[in-house]
Amino acid sequence: MIKASVIVFPGSNCDRDVKVAIERITGYAPNMIWHGDASVPSSDLIVLPGGFSYGDYLRCGAMAAHSPIMKDVIAKAKAGTPVLGICNGFQVLCESGLLPGVLMRNRSLKFICKDVFLRVERDDTFFSRCYRKGEVIKVPIAHAEGNYFADTETLDRLEGEGRVALRYCDETGTVSDAASPNGAQRNIAGITDPTGRILGMMPHPERLYEAALGGTDGRRIFESAVISLTADAA
Amino acid sequence: MQDAAEKPTITPEIVAEHGLKPDEYQRLLKILGREPSLTELGIFSVMWSEHCSYKSSRVWLKTLPTSGPKVIQGPGENAGVVDLGDGDCAVFKMESHNHPSYIEPFQGAATGVGGIMRDVFTMGARPVANLNALRFGAPEHPKTRQLVDGVVAGIAHYGNCTGVPTIGGETNFDAGYNNNILVNAMCVGLARADKIFYSAAKGVGLPVVYVGSKTGRDGIHGATMASAEFDDKSDEKRPTVQVGDPFTEKLLIEACLELMATDMIIAIQDMGAAGLTSSTSEMADKGGVGIELVLDHVPQREANMTAYEMMLSESQERMLMILKPGREPDAEKIFTKWGLDFAVIGKTTDTGRMIVTHKGKVEADLPVTVLANSAPMYERPYFHPVPPAPVLPEWVAAPNSLMSALRTMMGSPALASRRWIYQQYDHMVMGDTVGRPGGDAGIVRVHNTQKGIAATCDVTPRYVAADPEMGTKQAVVETWRNLCAVGADPIAITDNMNFANPERPEIMGQFVASVKGMGEACRVLDYPVVSGNVSLYNETNGIGIPPTPAIGGVGLVPDVAKIADIALKRDGDLLIVIGLERGWLGQSLYQGIIAGRFEGAPPPVDLADELKAGRLVRALIREGNVSAVHDCADGGLLVTVVEMALAGDIGVELYPYEGSLPPHAVWFGEDQGRYVLSVSPAQAEETLERARLLALPARVVGRVGGDSLVIRGDGDPFPLAGLRTLHEGWLPDYMAGLSAH
Repeated sequence: MIKASVIVFPGSNCDRDVKVAIERITGYAPNMIWHGDASVPSSDLIVLPGGFSYGDYLRCGAMAAHSPIMKDVIAKAKAGTPVLGICNGFQVLCESGLLPGVLMRNRSLKFICKDVFLRVERDDTFFSRCYRKGEVIKVPIAHAEGNYFADTETLDRLEGEGRVALRYCDETGTVSDAASPNGAQRNIAGITDPTGRILGMMPHPERLYEAALGGTDGRRIFESAVISLTADAA
Repeated sequence: MQDAAEKPTITPEIVAEHGLKPDEYQRLLKILGREPSLTELGIFSVMWSEHCSYKSSRVWLKTLPTSGPKVIQGPGENAGVVDLGDGDCAVFKMESHNHPSYIEPFQGAATGVGGIMRDVFTMGARPVANLNALRFGAPEHPKTRQLVDGVVAGIAHYGNCTGVPTIGGETNFDAGYNNNILVNAMCVGLARADKIFYSAAKGVGLPVVYVGSKTGRDGIHGATMASAEFDDKSDEKRPTVQVGDPFTEKLLIEACLELMATDMIIAIQDMGAAGLTSSTSEMADKGGVGIELVLDHVPQREANMTAYEMMLSESQERMLMILKPGREPDAEKIFTKWGLDFAVIGKTTDTGRMIVTHKGKVEADLPVTVLANSAPMYERPYFHPVPPAPVLPEWVAAPNSLMSALRTMMGSPALASRRWIYQQYDHMVMGDTVGRPGGDAGIVRVHNTQKGIAATCDVTPRYVAADPEMGTKQAVVETWRNLCAVGADPIAITDNMNFANPERPEIMGQFVASVKGMGEACRVLDYPVVSGNVSLYNETNGIGIPPTPAIGGVGLVPDVAKIADIALKRDGDLLIVIGLERGWLGQSLYQGIIAGRFEGAPPPVDLADELKAGRLVRALIREGNVSAVHDCADGGLLVTVVEMALAGDIGVELYPYEGSLPPHAVWFGEDQGRYVLSVSPAQAEETLERARLLALPARVVGRVGGDSLVIRGDGDPFPLAGLRTLHEGWLPDYMAGLSAH
């Protein structure tokens, strides 16, 4: 039994999508938790979904980071509950200080929705153990602010601690400026906290979890979590 | 009424500013039996505007087929409703936002998307797919680039934020739209057949409830603006363009759907064109009741708003509801949770009058039926358009080589990839998009089922300009064919009739012929019209747009595991074209781009053959006998094949044409009723035979494989990568200012 909780902010719009994906993959429907609630029920996994929380007013994710529920999300994350932030959820994780850096406007200044290739940089973390290191996967992006930025010192620290989870690459796995859809520094598509149990990523794994949607490469993010939880319990 | 001392005199200038003609004002005086107050004049002016009253078009629209076994609701409500089986239904409509989008492209287009989504969720449906049909001026026109940029960004801003996938659409560039672009937005929603909501305010003493955004001074007279032609001062109309907030719309969708899951609502209507005026009078009229509004209770964004301003404001993201009495507190809780305004602003009455009070004064007191039904109806004079004579294939010069002509065409504004546009739209949110943009029709799954809704919008304005009746027939048929090509059973259409000034008999003639062509196609294909919108006066300084009846088609996919797309997939497959080939080059892109002018009659449509070909293609898809399908449209057979090759990233070898027509007419002719199918060699003979049994011509035109396009007998192969660069390059380069046009 997997007890996942999906936080619903006003303006979240991938909350149902990730709920469905988790339910289909794990067999258990997540709790949908309203942002105004004071606490998250005891959960194996907390998901901050994609969307436009608070209409992206002020800055993407900035207002959601101060929602009542986030106090408890932050406390639970710090106490070890795994947290997955997808797209706007990644922005919320950065704005709430659980992950470093910021997601700036894409260098094209346009919203971009398309499948991209990602190189998996770690295969031994909570959300990545079902992938192979160096594997190239296809997952869609859909954002206008996914251009990851942090100062050089922070980027070096992330690299040094093995916290870069996913990088934009081409079909062959080559990481290059041309393969970056949004101008993210060092092609960063996703990063983790030092424990690897908090993952923020711009691409949407919940959008390619079944062949009918055009691919299944996103599935293993959730399958990894299931296996990691089983290992945790053992 | 206002005190005599401060009662403004309604001068002919004031009447003209409200867009009413002198004879229309005389009609108003006669109906009221007195001079209207300024607020009343404002109310009548929007209700009688072309945009709200359809006064020039209604007599003709009545001739369209609007019913059928699958039609649950035809025109007359906020959107049409069709049956998808199992208690599911699709709710859809297309609507223009042309005038505002030219004046302020970002907000104009954004609020166009917002408005059409409200029309759909007003009826109890969750919006599940958006589409749009866009027409811009010539690429070299100085305003075009900025208009494309603003319109696309506005559509993206609104649709993406509300979390509704934009799954399809079309874009044309033509000098005929230089001063009047067209932005037509379509929305498809999904509802349960036993939970459809309507707008009739049936019952007396019921609370009239306002929810959503506050009312501001934006968009006052938007409907009147949308009913007038432009002149050199049109930029001054910018203040009449509304400003949209998709975040509020998203909250409004969720709050309304939450309320609709209860039994508290008697009637609901969005506040669109003409805002409070239109929504209150229509709801009261349909319910056969009177209505009293106390404007002091209307949530207001700005200070000191007058009754006139509140009644005419087109502020966005607002809804009006009639609730069961006593349920207001429960309903209010839902809207408070979503952070939205909720206000009881009046009640229904048995007086049959709409009485509007503000600060203790009666600002309007009008009979509801008169208000809702007294707009003039015009049978405007018209000239029958005379279609030009056909152009014979041999009259249009052959190119030096097919390949060189093809390369020019693939990189032309008419045929270049629209990826730069649809990549800015989130087309995957909601997790049910199984047919993405870039093909013949988009498909979304009916959530939690194996069924799908397919949707497309199409029209070829140059065909309609040449022959409005045949061109409109073609537009209907093209949507039908696009639905068949993905494996969907076409159900019904919505139409968006964009024309110039109907007071000119030649324009009215285009409209009349267009409706005739649409009606005939819909009747023969059993493909009724369930909703629509008319946008007239698309002209500037006396120069009108090409007639543009955009058609939105919706179909049902019984099983989303059995669909087709345009991408070639299998090396060794044979390509079969079915349908009659006549080498019709009149009005073809080849004629326009390579020979330099569009001339003659557009390709004729044979509705009986369309029915046969469409049924065959759907059967072949469901039997799993085809690995890719694409209908032949703009550019003809060769362009169709190349689009399939590019989508699948596999080359094609084409066999020489050995018939009696000029080869360039066969490869570039735009004959209707044709599809290209990719089938395995083992199944090719059977496929040809099945077409022949239906008396449909069919032949093998080539073979799939390699990484080049080979046209045997036409010189060297050309790498697919080169064609891709041409095809994908034009629009991004143009938008980046790298190419002038």
